[in-house]
Amino acid sequence: MKLISFHLMPYRPLDFAEAAKHRSTWVVLPNRLYDPVKGAEEYAAYIDFLVDCERLGFDGIGVNEHHQNAYGLMPAPNLIASALIQRTKTIKIAVLGRALPIVNHPVFIAEEYAMLDNLSKGRIICGFVRGIGAEYHSTGVNPYFSHERFHEAHDIILRAWTEPGPFAYEGQHFNIRYVNCWPRPYQQPHPPIWIPSQGSSETVAWAAHPDRKYPFLVTFSSAELVTRYLTGYREQAREYGYEPADSQFGWACPLYVAETDERARQEAGHAVETLFNNFLRMTMEMLVPPGYTSLQSMKNFFKLRTAVGGRSFVSADYLIESGTAVIGSVKTVRDRIEAMRDRTGLGILLPMFQFGVLPDELARRNVELFASEIMPYLKK
Amino acid sequence: MPAQSSTVKIGEVAVRVHRAGQGPKLLFLHGAGGYAQWLPFLDALADGYEVILPEHPGFGASDDPDWIRSVPDLAMFYLDFLEHEGIREIHLVGHSLGGWIAAEIAVRDRSRFKSLTLIAPAGIRVRGVLAGDTFIWSHEEAVRNLFHDETFAAALLALPLSEAQQDVMLKNRFAATKLGWQPRWFNPDLEKWLHRAKLPALIVWGAQDKVMPPEYAALWQERLPDARLVIIEECGHLPHVEKEAATSRAVREFLKGAAR
Repeated sequence: MKLISFHLMPYRPLDFAEAAKHRSTWVVLPNRLYDPVKGAEEYAAYIDFLVDCERLGFDGIGVNEHHQNAYGLMPAPNLIASALIQRTKTIKIAVLGRALPIVNHPVFIAEEYAMLDNLSKGRIICGFVRGIGAEYHSTGVNPYFSHERFHEAHDIILRAWTEPGPFAYEGQHFNIRYVNCWPRPYQQPHPPIWIPSQGSSETVAWAAHPDRKYPFLVTFSSAELVTRYLTGYREQAREYGYEPADSQFGWACPLYVAETDERARQEAGHAVETLFNNFLRMTMEMLVPPGYTSLQSMKNFFKLRTAVGGRSFVSADYLIESGTAVIGSVKTVRDRIEAMRDRTGLGILLPMFQFGVLPDELARRNVELFASEIMPYLKK
Repeated sequence: MPAQSSTVKIGEVAVRVHRAGQGPKLLFLHGAGGYAQWLPFLDALADGYEVILPEHPGFGASDDPDWIRSVPDLAMFYLDFLEHEGIREIHLVGHSLGGWIAAEIAVRDRSRFKSLTLIAPAGIRVRGVLAGDTFIWSHEEAVRNLFHDETFAAALLALPLSEAQQDVMLKNRFAATKLGWQPRWFNPDLEKWLHRAKLPALIVWGAQDKVMPPEYAALWQERLPDARLVIIEECGHLPHVEKEAATSRAVREFLKGAAR
């Protein structure tokens, strides 16, 4: 199993009482609530944390992209990736953004990823996402055309990496007379592409297609939903006529391990609650604007989702019980991961060792215990 | 007055059309909320006019063709619609999104139209005066922000919605997003062509409109070549619902005067 230490870089010094007065921690949260002196310390601590994951034996470290919120301080994840490249030697760096539909020039993404691939001599893994619904409020990009823009941008980037340039791209949303990506990517024919998703059926069908076979990473879902989405991907692949490899199945979740279940629950409970109740707090209108998913997916979504975007409080107990967060003793955490591997053929685990307001000291203890007690077991 | 409903096919696109009344023809273009029921305001117009109310492609019971992607597309579609129906003379009335469509039609081809009535129309903007963010509002907020008099919102919110009605609301919301999200509820190229709408025009606006700011009314009046403006006091975004009598009276008087 590949292990990627994944980070969201939340703004922990947030004044939660003040933030609660606003519609959401996204889009409309006044940026006067961000203190640059404290924020700069957050960046420094988080980058140190990720760099240290190389020494601890992880296969990769992962960064994330979201805009205009206190949930994550990485609107430009490639900047963080670039900093990480300079401070690491062998570890893979997964950029689990880039939100393709919300840019106006997808070639910029092809160029930046190619630069990172050259700077790291082939250590980059490229995520392609659509951004979450809130990003369509932040940027003004029309969510109705999100899928179309995603597919066009994806095609432009892939062709920019693999076809001799210059060539002309003629699309509905993007028309570029000269696509000519300098530099070309270091990895040939192109860096690995991963698709983090909240499980929409359109994305599953697209990612599993034999032309792509992109690893599919499910985030922020209960164990039941993770299982359903990953199984859906497997069934889709079989419908296409092939058996997918374990390396096509990924799961990203908050993870906390301590000596006992009680201690883990005690140390991480509040932090994981702040992740889901404070940092991810947004309305359904923000989370799933019309067209972001199909009409049918949207109806299903309203039926299935309660963990994210709802207005009722999500407790640590619920998050642990539902398997949305993996929190417990070494044995509990191992068993949970093992159970997911048995059910889905999981090949990539992307634990978030720091989440919500979890302090550095606990995040570090968490990742070290994981590396010494669980990693060897998963690597066997 | 019960409306007659039928499905009309324009090329490959089937649209649901509701009609009532007799007399000179009048095309009513509904707003982004879609067509829910035949309103008293429409009855008032149907007393003396043949009111034709199509559900826009993308809304309600009409088809949602992929190639209709903007309000200018809808304007061209309605020119096809009128040609298909063999209508040569008609009054054009639109509310909100429907007002925007009406204005886009009128700047393209005014030859068929006797008059233009815009009720709290979308379509242009005044810099520094933002329209309401209808997309970030919850359903409840959206309903409340439609009215000045809270009892209207309370009554509407108290109505139970069937699953079919909820499905139509969701479909309408998708269509509204396609047409109005970016730029938000206007076409940057419309204002400069409004002088082409050489028709007697009436602009009706609620003084307390929280969706389309009443400040926009003056710009409409300035840009349209022959427009009069009626501001209705103590009224929100739906003057034809919230102040039905005053709105009907203003529109009917205007239409009578505009008859050629």
